[in-house]
Amino acid sequence: MSDWAKTLSRVLYIDLARERYWVEDREDLFGKWLGGIGVATQLYKEEVSRSADPLGPENAIIFAVGPLTGVFPMASKTVAVFKSPLNGYFAESHAGGRSALAMRFAGYGAIVIRNASERPVYLVIEHDRVRFRDGSALWGIRSAETVGRILREITPAPGVRSILRIGGAGEKLVRYAMVMVETFRHFGRMGLGAVFGSKKLKAIVITSGKTYKLPDMKRYREVYQNIFELARGPKTRKYYELGTSENVLVLNAIGALPTKNFSLGRFDGAEEISGEKLLETVLARRVACSACPVACIHLAAIREEYEDSRFMYKTEFISYDHEPIYALGTNLCVRDRFGMLKLFKAVEDWGLDAISTGVVLGWATEALERGLISRAETIIDLKWGDWRSYMMAIENIVRQPNEFYRVLAMGVEEAAKRYGGEEFAMAFNRVEPAGYLTGPLFFISLAIGSRHSHLDAGAYSLDQKIFTSGKDLPDPQEAVQEIIKEESWRQILSSMVLCFFSRGLYTPDLVASALSSLGYDLSEHQLMSLGREIYLEKQRIKKNEGFSAAKIRVPERLYNTETPIGRIDRRYFERALEYFDKLLER
Amino acid sequence: MAKRIVILDANRCVGCQLCMLACSRRLGFAGYEKSAIRVRSAGGVERGFTVIVCRACKDPPCARACPENALIPRTGGGVILKPERCNGCGHCVEACDIRAIWMDEEVQKPIICVYCGYCAQFCPHKVIMLREVEGA
Repeated sequence: MSDWAKTLSRVLYIDLARERYWVEDREDLFGKWLGGIGVATQLYKEEVSRSADPLGPENAIIFAVGPLTGVFPMASKTVAVFKSPLNGYFAESHAGGRSALAMRFAGYGAIVIRNASERPVYLVIEHDRVRFRDGSALWGIRSAETVGRILREITPAPGVRSILRIGGAGEKLVRYAMVMVETFRHFGRMGLGAVFGSKKLKAIVITSGKTYKLPDMKRYREVYQNIFELARGPKTRKYYELGTSENVLVLNAIGALPTKNFSLGRFDGAEEISGEKLLETVLARRVACSACPVACIHLAAIREEYEDSRFMYKTEFISYDHEPIYALGTNLCVRDRFGMLKLFKAVEDWGLDAISTGVVLGWATEALERGLISRAETIIDLKWGDWRSYMMAIENIVRQPNEFYRVLAMGVEEAAKRYGGEEFAMAFNRVEPAGYLTGPLFFISLAIGSRHSHLDAGAYSLDQKIFTSGKDLPDPQEAVQEIIKEESWRQILSSMVLCFFSRGLYTPDLVASALSSLGYDLSEHQLMSLGREIYLEKQRIKKNEGFSAAKIRVPERLYNTETPIGRIDRRYFERALEYFDKLLER
Repeated sequence: MAKRIVILDANRCVGCQLCMLACSRRLGFAGYEKSAIRVRSAGGVERGFTVIVCRACKDPPCARACPENALIPRTGGGVILKPERCNGCGHCVEACDIRAIWMDEEVQKPIICVYCGYCAQFCPHKVIMLREVEGA
């Protein structure tokens, strides 16, 4: 094992119940599985039993970074692994900000958080100690942003620390609560915020304080220079120009932009909330995660007069991306740009996942329209496009003033089970989908993925290739294999841990050469097979937890809405999921 | 001629910290602690960033505060550290009002910019630049 790999192999264990921490050298894990998702998956196997309650003390939170963290551009992400309170399975979420470099330079390759605290707590992790701080004064502060503001003042090392925290949603165990990282970055999907809340863990501050001698400076600098140039070139252009919101008009043009709770693929108000329009009207600043020259984080400034006092104004900043534009914009038919940004701000403050929130509200609006529920349940008159009513509904999901909102806080699957409307309750394996109505492959990838991000396997682009080439769909077996192949390679990216926006430049040979400059000896072929092994390890865990693709509920709507490559065929979809199960039995 | 790092426009800074990582890398290290340049948010990233680096004062107070003559004023501005003379007292840190000097805790010596410009080569957004000290 290289010296560099050894410096990564330290795992910090934290027991919240006993207020103890210790460090273990896990060269066994980092030697074989490199880092990131590879190592986190193995730690999950050790820590979380198949019967563990996601919101019980027996669930664990595992964070991991990788061999490229802190030494190469765009290796800016931290992987979190935990059992999801949304679906009860092994789940994975990635976030950037300063989290990855802070963790690496605090001296840890991974952090394992066990058990639950009796009273509210926040952790301050430094390179030589962990402090368990009484979180009672922070508990109950609903705005995740305010919590960050306070912690910025009272914890050390501005600029080289990371502040992870939950808002009201995490405390109230909303199953799709997120963990905010710095500002505008999140462990968004799969409900890590609720797991924090269940452990009475309000925040974690991680402070860097270590430096490491680099091996083979000459070689390393050469590889670095090359990657630095590539990261600023055409392969990341989309992300540094319009940003991911470039997708809005592209998808709308081909009829793949989920609209009105996935009943349509085009939104007639798309223009007003597109990346182009946001650039022209509200883009106010761009910021980056640590070690990333791209700076994909697009911040809008929204200026607003107070309704109760004229001449009194405020200006707020809010980040925007394709996914929240879909979830809280097109999917709810919100065409008012200002209103849409206010909704982004609301989920950010309360600490909710934007995608799940938008889909849950889409279902609620339609259920109300169809009379499955009434104002007695919703309290508010939910109407397509009426962002003010959605603002109040978002608050209610967190405050939970009645039984209806308590159920909404459990996700769209539970809501539909209780109140009906399953045919239009958009969830795959109990998790609300990301914003691409491109065709069957994308939804297959969501059904079998662990992150429920559009980036699991990038299968929307497989759909789009079929659309642009005019070719027939591959048979379901082939489709599944293609998805698995791409997702397997992405396990290596997630083990480094690279941002997936860098996937265009970090080809297998570039990853191998970056690793080799740090003293690793791995061929492209070895990386590819390790990626597949990590993928299978994750799937084995889920299978052991009871997951079967063929058994998941698929909403009828999936088969009734037009995609660019036509309606999705039920038999095709079902055959793909059955084949996936069979493949894993082998 | 004496050169220094000038901050052309801190408003363009995206906070990627590639300059800090470059400065450490120059010395063969990965990490933030040995960097002579620092970037941090001005109270939340929405308010932008503060870039802190030695501005190469003509009459550097840090040099005057040094009891061991370990910081030698450079012709044209700025200082040169003679580490063998330094006793790690930290008076220079206190003397710098722009807070551009901090201690390398590992070796208990101050980290002093050497005005090499390596950091600026890795600034993707034209925030900093190596330039001759004006009027030097």
